[in-house]
Amino acid sequence: MNFKKTGAIIACLLALSACGDNPFGRQDQNGGGTGTGVNIASNPSSVAYFQQTVGDRVLFVVNQSSLTSEGIETLNGQANWLLQYTENTVTIEGHADEQGTREYNLALGARRASAVQNYLVSRGVADNRIKTITFGKERPIEICSEESCWSRNRRAVTVVVGGLNS
Amino acid sequence: MTRITKILCMAWMMALGLVLAANAQNKPLRIEITEGIIEPLPFAAPLFVAENAAAQEYAAKLTQVVTADLVGSGLFREIPAAAHISKVSNFNAPVQFSEWKAINAQALITGAVSVTSDNRMVVKFRLFDVVAQAPLGKGLQFVASTDSWRRMSHKVADAVYVRLTGEPSGYFDSRVVYIAEEGPKNARKKRLALMDYDGANVRYLTNSNDIVLAPRFSPNAREIIYTSYETGEPRVFLMNVDTLSRRVLDSEPGMTFAPRFSPDGRYVVMSLTNRGNTDIYRFDVARGSKTRLTNSPAIETAPSYSPDGNQIVFESDRGGGQQLYVMSANGGSAKRISFGSGSYGTPVWSPRGDMIAFTKITKGRFHIGVMRVDGSQEKLLAGSFLDEGPTWSPNGRVIMFFRETPGANGAPSLFSVDVTGRNLRKINTPTFASDPAWSRLLE
Repeated sequence: MNFKKTGAIIACLLALSACGDNPFGRQDQNGGGTGTGVNIASNPSSVAYFQQTVGDRVLFVVNQSSLTSEGIETLNGQANWLLQYTENTVTIEGHADEQGTREYNLALGARRASAVQNYLVSRGVADNRIKTITFGKERPIEICSEESCWSRNRRAVTVVVGGLNS
Repeated sequence: MTRITKILCMAWMMALGLVLAANAQNKPLRIEITEGIIEPLPFAAPLFVAENAAAQEYAAKLTQVVTADLVGSGLFREIPAAAHISKVSNFNAPVQFSEWKAINAQALITGAVSVTSDNRMVVKFRLFDVVAQAPLGKGLQFVASTDSWRRMSHKVADAVYVRLTGEPSGYFDSRVVYIAEEGPKNARKKRLALMDYDGANVRYLTNSNDIVLAPRFSPNAREIIYTSYETGEPRVFLMNVDTLSRRVLDSEPGMTFAPRFSPDGRYVVMSLTNRGNTDIYRFDVARGSKTRLTNSPAIETAPSYSPDGNQIVFESDRGGGQQLYVMSANGGSAKRISFGSGSYGTPVWSPRGDMIAFTKITKGRFHIGVMRVDGSQEKLLAGSFLDEGPTWSPNGRVIMFFRETPGANGAPSLFSVDVTGRNLRKINTPTFASDPAWSRLLE
């Protein structure tokens, strides 16, 4: 276990620069850059700005759907943005890593998406602007079988689906 | 699908004047598979006799599939044709038992096939106890169209299996529905696929536009329920296998998944997620109405009926971790049955009713296991980085599941293992494959 953990940390350090690159050259379906410094949208109302500057995703602990303090910070930004650009609606996609069974992970992804929805609603975003969906373990963005990848796959991604600037 | 007619040929056997040896009644040739086998039972299956020219092409294929079924069960060992002293060129000629005994065959399977001008095929076979020098059971013959030749082979093998094991039924004449997978791990394409239990006759039932997951057969194997993202979110669909027509089972809002039929085919139990909370519902297929069976903030999913339809085993994290519970088929209070370390999911009730197969995750590894329905006598049958999703053979003797390899190029394949934990085998499929579900014996 110790060895495994150390291995995972080393793998992560080695992979730091590569982590953001998709080995198959496929953009995450939501355009999902997490601020790699390229093409940061300067227009604050744009979807690209939401994705890259506000941050479109939050990450979760194994088997958990409770929000981390980092996640809450991101969601505060999302809530502010949504309250400012009220013409946008969003779909929150909940995901799990590959360490669970398929159907449990569907339910877990739904729980994560719902946790994000509930938080945004608690910050004043209208409930009917938010839809949730789960992908369970069906759509990983990182494909290694190490914690460095799993931690990025345990995510809820807020996808802007409607609005003048989309 | 042509319906295969089965004709017991008792009179035909009697006409041949075959006489049971006296000791065959007292000690029938029998392989005990509940006790654990050390040595598979050796048998010989000489090339089936082609009784007319049109049958030539089928004789070898039939013999080969019957042999492959029996050997694949892990209970029988083939004595190859090269070692045979006797050749069987006439199905009705007397068996030279001494020549089969000399090569240590304990069971002998003889067969014959003829094909009529309208492409109908008659397959006959007999099974003999070589040591007792006597037939084991009556001769059987099956009649069907020639394109059903594989099913005829499986029926012969099932009959041999039943006679030599004493099990109530075999499992070879059956199908498996599964998910065919292709492409990179982060953009996997999935299709619903159907195959014979041994991987033959693969047929794809959907295209790869939408994610499809975890199919199950209806009791008569004419319909399949599965989860699809066709509408944009996970939804349970019902598909007719012959026409491929399909419809959303429950059109009310919410994500639905993990569907399974009740043993009488009247209901589908499945998970429905509402505002992040997943519970189990029973859906009346004909009426379109649904009943909520669990009601807790926990994740409740992967329901599976007992074969008598009275109970449902499912997984829930209501106690913290993912564990197995049994409740009445009408819902209500549930009793936890899994207590080992780690988490338990995907419970499947055995068709015999006596055991539950499951996926167990412990110490970062996935296992396929079985336990009694009260949770006792847990036994792990297979384990790897990711072994998941057990499904029972029609007779409850074999479990199929999928095994996924780790890493960036990780991909799933189908495996089967005997309920004793022996005879782990990979089932070859044209693509990656996951989520197998075994049918009952075909009708």
